[in-house]
Amino acid sequence: MTPVLLIFFVLAGLAVLGALSLVLQKHPIHSALSLIVVMVCLAGLYLLMGAEFVAAVQIIVYGGAIMVLFIFVIMLLNAGEEERTDFSKIAKFAGLPLALALTASIAAGVAKSGANVAGSGQQVIPGATGQISSMLFKEFVYPFELTSFLILVAIMGALVLAQREKK
Amino acid sequence: MIDSLLHFVSQNAFWIITIVKIALLLFIVLTVNAYLTWFERKLVAHIQARWGPHRVGPHGLLQPAADGLKFLFKEDPTPAGVDRFVYYLAPFLALALSLTSLAVIPFSPKPLELFGQKIYLWVSNPDIGLLILFSITALSVYGIALAGWASNSKYSLLGGLRSSAQMISYELALTMSVVGVLLMANTFSLQGIIEQQASAKWGVGFLGWNLFAWTRNGLLWPQIIGFICFFTAAIAETNRAPFDLPEAESELVAGFHTEYASFKFAMFFIAEYTAMITVSCLATILFFGGWLSPFPDWSQTHPILNALAIHIPSITLIPFGLWVIYDGIKYETIWGKLVLPVIGFVMFAIGAALIALPAVNNFIQPVFWFTAKVFVFLFFYVWARGTLPRLRYDQLMNVGWKLLLPVSIANVIFTAAVVLLRSKP
Repeated sequence: MTPVLLIFFVLAGLAVLGALSLVLQKHPIHSALSLIVVMVCLAGLYLLMGAEFVAAVQIIVYGGAIMVLFIFVIMLLNAGEEERTDFSKIAKFAGLPLALALTASIAAGVAKSGANVAGSGQQVIPGATGQISSMLFKEFVYPFELTSFLILVAIMGALVLAQREKK
Repeated sequence: MIDSLLHFVSQNAFWIITIVKIALLLFIVLTVNAYLTWFERKLVAHIQARWGPHRVGPHGLLQPAADGLKFLFKEDPTPAGVDRFVYYLAPFLALALSLTSLAVIPFSPKPLELFGQKIYLWVSNPDIGLLILFSITALSVYGIALAGWASNSKYSLLGGLRSSAQMISYELALTMSVVGVLLMANTFSLQGIIEQQASAKWGVGFLGWNLFAWTRNGLLWPQIIGFICFFTAAIAETNRAPFDLPEAESELVAGFHTEYASFKFAMFFIAEYTAMITVSCLATILFFGGWLSPFPDWSQTHPILNALAIHIPSITLIPFGLWVIYDGIKYETIWGKLVLPVIGFVMFAIGAALIALPAVNNFIQPVFWFTAKVFVFLFFYVWARGTLPRLRYDQLMNVGWKLLLPVSIANVIFTAAVVLLRSKP
């Protein structure tokens, strides 16, 4: 087993464990912490694929900014432990088969393109940051700018909503 | 037996070297941390016309050891009703993250050649060094926020919210203020950023630093504003005075670490001091040319000045060593009379050895300049703490959002314009 493969399995295993714990934990903060573990493990997986910039951004944006916001909200609301309820009858009966079907379809997709996926783990893309930025600012400049405009609108909307409450 | 051992070592040289490097770096950093507390207490005391620690060992030099022992042997109560897992996780998270960030700091470009291996003076030198540092900064909010939340105390919770809000706010200004440097360096690699600053007008070393940005090809946009924004934001990001609202030891209940005692408190403390060192290293690398000497290379034109320039480590160490010997001889206690001259003699001997061994002196140059610059910033940290009054919380938020962020964005725009103009023929 090569070191790269070993690191992959450790990170992948941690990510799966984190995702399971995210669902199974009773306390919102513990769930949020599990989600951070998943994010950081995903960043490690990106790093393993040679996508250094994406990995760093994954941690800065998702692991840092967004999850801090989650934790902040949970702390401010002082959310306590959740109570377990099983009110959804559909989930009780259809949940497991549907989950299995989803896993099977993803596994089938991976198995179909198996050779390509395995190969991408080994090669290192040099200067990935430069490639991403030239793509963002040359080929996809309009979608990129429009997205940032969308985010700006969202921020302004949030501000308007927050201001209205004060009056 | 020995053969197979040697075979194993040569097969796994990379891992062994890396582990030894990590252990050595941790040892050095933790020692520097310990003496940074001594240095800070001494300096703040002298700023306030006091003596500072001077009972434990000569000039209080053993005070860090005493403090460490005290932290180890103190009772470590866990408050009732805490969230145990998160309560124990928080100090580990804070300490581990701040120590990890040191792994990507390059201290010198010259490798040490030992047993046929080139050993570089960094643990790791990735292409995205700066981004890794920022991602670690982004994660280090959790240590504080979780410590505040898990302690099951309203003072801790308020303190944790206060400090994480501060860290999140200043992270933006911190990131924006280095974009100017990135635009000029064209890389995220810390080594690349330093090497780009080696090009200086007339070969006068310090003009090439990003602070002045006067390269061989002409004047770029000097990053003085960027540096001021960076360092201000970094002081706030590391929760130091005058932005030390997370602690505010003289005004508020301590904050996120109210409910932590003993070594768990010490872990937060060590994390804070390590962050100080990291920020000082980063300021050195980004704005002050890292390991580059401020002097021009005179070796061709003026041999005497060149000899002076490369012997600066000895020129500082020898007189300081002699002064420590002199100070030790007239010290009050017998213990000090014995120890201080020995320390002074060691400094003197190192200085003399550097003159006697040009190869070692040559090797140590980058490390010396790097350390000297880092030390200046550490001094600046303590100086700021000793002289500036603490900001009020609303002032703190105003400085971060309404002053630092717009100014650093303006700096980015100007830098981009100048870089664009210069890059066109």
